[in-house]
Amino acid sequence: MLHTTTPQLILSIATHFLVPLAIAPLFPGIINKVKAAMAGRRGPPLRQPYLDIFKLLRKTLVISNTTTWIFFAGPLVAVGAMLAVELLIPIGSSPAPIHFAGDVILFVYLFAAARFFTTSAALDTGSSFEGMGAAREVSFAVVSEAALIFSLLIMIRFSSGLSLNTLLLAPFKQGSVGPRLMAAVGLFVFLLAETSRVPVDDPDTHLELTMIHEVMVLDHSGPLLAAVQYASSLRLLILINLVLLFIGPPHTGIPILSWVLFILEASATAVLVGIIESVMARLPLRHVPTLLAAAAVLSGLGFILALR
Amino acid sequence: MAWLVNAILTMVLLLNLFLLSVSRMKSLISGVALQGIMLSILPLLLVKEVDPLILITALVTAGIKGWTIPRMLDKALRDVRIKHEVEPLIGFIPSMLIGAAGTAAALMMTIHASGLHHPKSLLVIPASMSTILTGLLLLTTRFKALTQIIGYLILENGIYIFGMLLLAVVPFLVELGILLDLFVGIFVVCIILNHIHSAFASLDTRRLTSLKE
Amino acid sequence: MFPLILLLGAALLLMVAGTLGLAAKARASWGQMSATALTCLGGALGAAVCLDVLLFLNGPAPVLTVRAVYPNWPLHFRLDPLSAFFALPVFVMAAAGSVYGQGYWNERRHPRTGRRLRFFYGLFVAGMVLVTVADDGLAFIMAWEIMALASFFLIATEDQNPACRQAAWIYFVATHLATLLLMALFALLHAASGSFLLVPLPAAAGWKIETALFLLALVGFGLKAGIMPLHFWLPGAHAQAPSHISALLSGVLLKIGIYGLLRILTLLPHPPALWGVMVLILGSINALLGVVYALGQHDMKRLLAYHSIENIGIILMGLGVAMIGAATDHPVWEVLGIAGCLLHVWNHALFKSLLFFSAGSVISAARTRQIDALGGLARHMAWSSNLFLVGALAICGLPPLNGFVSELLVYLGLFHPTAGKDSGIWALISADAVILAVVGSLAVACFVKVYGVVFLGSPRTERAAKVHESPGSMIAPMLLLAGLCGLVGVFPLVVLVPLSHAAAVWMGRAHVQGMLIRAFPWGTLTVLNFSMVVVAVAIFYLVRISRRFIPVASAPTWGCGYSATGSRMQYTGTSFAGILVGLWSWVLRPLAHGKTPIGLFPKPIEYETEIPPFITDRATHTLWHYIKLGTRPIRWLQQGSVQQYLFYMLAAVVVLLALIPFGNLFARLWGH
Repeated sequence: MLHTTTPQLILSIATHFLVPLAIAPLFPGIINKVKAAMAGRRGPPLRQPYLDIFKLLRKTLVISNTTTWIFFAGPLVAVGAMLAVELLIPIGSSPAPIHFAGDVILFVYLFAAARFFTTSAALDTGSSFEGMGAAREVSFAVVSEAALIFSLLIMIRFSSGLSLNTLLLAPFKQGSVGPRLMAAVGLFVFLLAETSRVPVDDPDTHLELTMIHEVMVLDHSGPLLAAVQYASSLRLLILINLVLLFIGPPHTGIPILSWVLFILEASATAVLVGIIESVMARLPLRHVPTLLAAAAVLSGLGFILALR
Repeated sequence: MAWLVNAILTMVLLLNLFLLSVSRMKSLISGVALQGIMLSILPLLLVKEVDPLILITALVTAGIKGWTIPRMLDKALRDVRIKHEVEPLIGFIPSMLIGAAGTAAALMMTIHASGLHHPKSLLVIPASMSTILTGLLLLTTRFKALTQIIGYLILENGIYIFGMLLLAVVPFLVELGILLDLFVGIFVVCIILNHIHSAFASLDTRRLTSLKE
Repeated sequence: MFPLILLLGAALLLMVAGTLGLAAKARASWGQMSATALTCLGGALGAAVCLDVLLFLNGPAPVLTVRAVYPNWPLHFRLDPLSAFFALPVFVMAAAGSVYGQGYWNERRHPRTGRRLRFFYGLFVAGMVLVTVADDGLAFIMAWEIMALASFFLIATEDQNPACRQAAWIYFVATHLATLLLMALFALLHAASGSFLLVPLPAAAGWKIETALFLLALVGFGLKAGIMPLHFWLPGAHAQAPSHISALLSGVLLKIGIYGLLRILTLLPHPPALWGVMVLILGSINALLGVVYALGQHDMKRLLAYHSIENIGIILMGLGVAMIGAATDHPVWEVLGIAGCLLHVWNHALFKSLLFFSAGSVISAARTRQIDALGGLARHMAWSSNLFLVGALAICGLPPLNGFVSELLVYLGLFHPTAGKDSGIWALISADAVILAVVGSLAVACFVKVYGVVFLGSPRTERAAKVHESPGSMIAPMLLLAGLCGLVGVFPLVVLVPLSHAAAVWMGRAHVQGMLIRAFPWGTLTVLNFSMVVVAVAIFYLVRISRRFIPVASAPTWGCGYSATGSRMQYTGTSFAGILVGLWSWVLRPLAHGKTPIGLFPKPIEYETEIPPFITDRATHTLWHYIKLGTRPIRWLQQGSVQQYLFYMLAAVVVLLALIPFGNLFARLWGH
């Protein structure tokens, strides 16, 4: 996409950055609504996540007296990393403002940085529950990372580019449909794992012994919990966007229209996540690595097929 | 139609990995059934014109592989009242990874050895090799007698895929003959299993060695 | 020539630094002060010379021939950018380590071993410097032996401890095996090229001799670099040596092995792509198994030692990509691979030494290396804990620190074959990027475990609750290293020139800098990393200010309704790594000793788990067993009396002297 004038460029960067920030909490709301509808309830309104965040921002911050500054760093780094990721990845059909050869790896490592600090913050409280969640988080990430890299390799193969802008906005061509679909399925599993969704994790349960992400933030409260929730909704949006880019949403030349299209597609994906969450049971924890490994193998085979 | 064939074969490849990684017998059986049905479509897509004979054989194959054999296995599973868990010698993730490595090797070999360096080229040979490998892996690394049968079924599927290459040369009826043999074999084994079970109260192949005298 | 003389002078300064102190009384502080001062002086001088060569060298490398030692066998030295690249970390680390030693191995706390340690410390670092500038086989082997023997005595510093003695002896055997192979290597090189000088082989040498040289170098230098399965000496030696020695062993000694391998590769005319594949696979195995073994460790220093194996793996992965690129004529792969390999050598020296230093700080405060016996140290040891955090973030390759830059170079080197249209089957090596990513996330898991369990939470033992921060002499070198980690990470441009000069020597071609600039986003990364730091600092102050406006309350950690939680109920390092150790149990084969509690009111039980050493260790033990059995008939030669051994030496010399006339006779008979 070519920008002729500086104001236009600034406008497009501003939209690229601000629109996702504004709409991110909508998607957990959509998922909850779908789940409620499937269960025959009316469910909370779509704006509930926004209300939650605003309410939490006004609450008292209760800090465990064993903690250090790392406890603050966890949620803040998580939000910061997601904001940085947002500037690196094309969203919908709008290209990322920051791009260079190898930003793929920065993208992956920003997720790792967020993971380092959130799990450290969990260990900082000295609670065995949170330690448990942190251990699961870092362990499962090992397997799901392989799926992510294989998927990105597929796109590197098809686009011959090393920057997220060129490789994720690459058009379909002959022979690329199969591997791209396989990668998209692999990434969808990655999404479910990274955003703590059924069948990997259950965001609703209050059984500490079975949770992964949610159990790590048991001690966060007030504004810090708001940061945690905002970070996780941003993460959901970014990963939905990533999956959509692999399937290749229809591009339109008009920015506003393509943003509308993107929001529609992302909502559809959120609905799909909600449906999966309603119809499936949580996997036993010991089977989670198998599922993630299957996703990695799927993307890996896609990569081999892409080499043809 | 080449893309459809490739899509089906890719699904078969993925099913192979699924079969290596599942732990429930039920899923294993339905996976094999699905694979059988998908494979029975293949000849219809590969021949130049569809004559009634091919259509009938395809229907029969789909019926036997997708319905009859799975039903028999299901029944055996229920009759012998064993635990519905696959007992693996090596874990599910390692067997899946071995299968994936084998599949990748097969793909790379055919891609770079036989000049199939074209997106349109068919995946027949690698799919067949990978399926045979999966069958052998299941045969060698799972202990239950029922999983052994499923292993043979997958092995036969692999040979069947390979037969697709010879569709023009060898009459399809030969394939049907093999299928019939297999069908009878499985029929007999299922009955025998039932009898062994009622006699020895175990279906672990590791203990079948005591039957040798 | 002048820079080289200065550099040798600096090495000499390092070498004699500890000698002066031998005359001091055991508890006198001037011995240690003088050693540290001289080492710092030598280190600064040498580092300056190295930087000068790396930044400004145009034209031929300075050479020097020393005839004073053996008139008939002159020793040759040469200082090209590749040598300077590897000598620089030795100088920096030598100085940093000696300052750290002021506090860590203080003469009042260690009067018995202090003087000896400083003496061999000087020999050790000087030996490493000499290895990097040696330009012929003889000088190389001599410097190598000085380095190897001195490091043996350093590892054996605490020789009252049997475990320490054992680790030192295993190292001794390993290093002599390496020397033996290197002697064979140089003899073969002499046979092929006609001189002991390290000059490129004639193209007509033939692939057989090239392969033999490569394999000898890989195994000989691999023993020193700790390439699996030749790493058997490494974890024990790193764990048992004093921490600043561990830092040097891991940070620079292993790199000398890598240097040797790189240097020998520059001499071979046509390394085939297959060797590159071999190195790449070795590197991947090293990286993966190194970090997996690290995860299972309970001992802080052993864990760090296994991470050295992981990082050597990453270095080898870069080298493998470079070799494949060179063999298949893809200069972009080559330059990215070798740049990643070289930069990771520097980076690992920085962050691993930083980690060993801060681990040493913990050990000297809490008197234990057991991860699960610590906890909550960050409250009392803020400096050490934050500096450890910097090292941990850097070793995990997280932006904006230095590990990210070198890993990105290796990643890009691995991605290029897939992105290129002409790479054919080589596109497959890109799949190795997945291994690198998995290694990265395992490293994150491992360092969250160490950092979280040791420094965060609440103390698990009495000892851990009563720690004090280490003295400034230990903190200062850590600050220096952390600063360098930050400098390379935030301003990667600073390493561009040295890196391209050193890479040019290895690649044997000109205009490397331009290629490197085009292949890697130096500028963008600098801007990005810098702005990341700015944003982080801004957020830090923002949070600090906003804490005044937000109502804050303090409470104990919520136990999910269970009110009697204690510090012993915290997740331990072992349980934290449990899932991953389970996933990798097919290679780790963890052992558990003791019973599990049974019943409603179980009695106290003892239970421990351990990760036995790598499978080849067991193979080595079996091998030794058979060697012992086989040599039983000649066991009587070994009586343990000094006179007897002196007699053997005398006899050997006599026999050799007697052989010379016979040798000449034979030579004449054979018509030479």
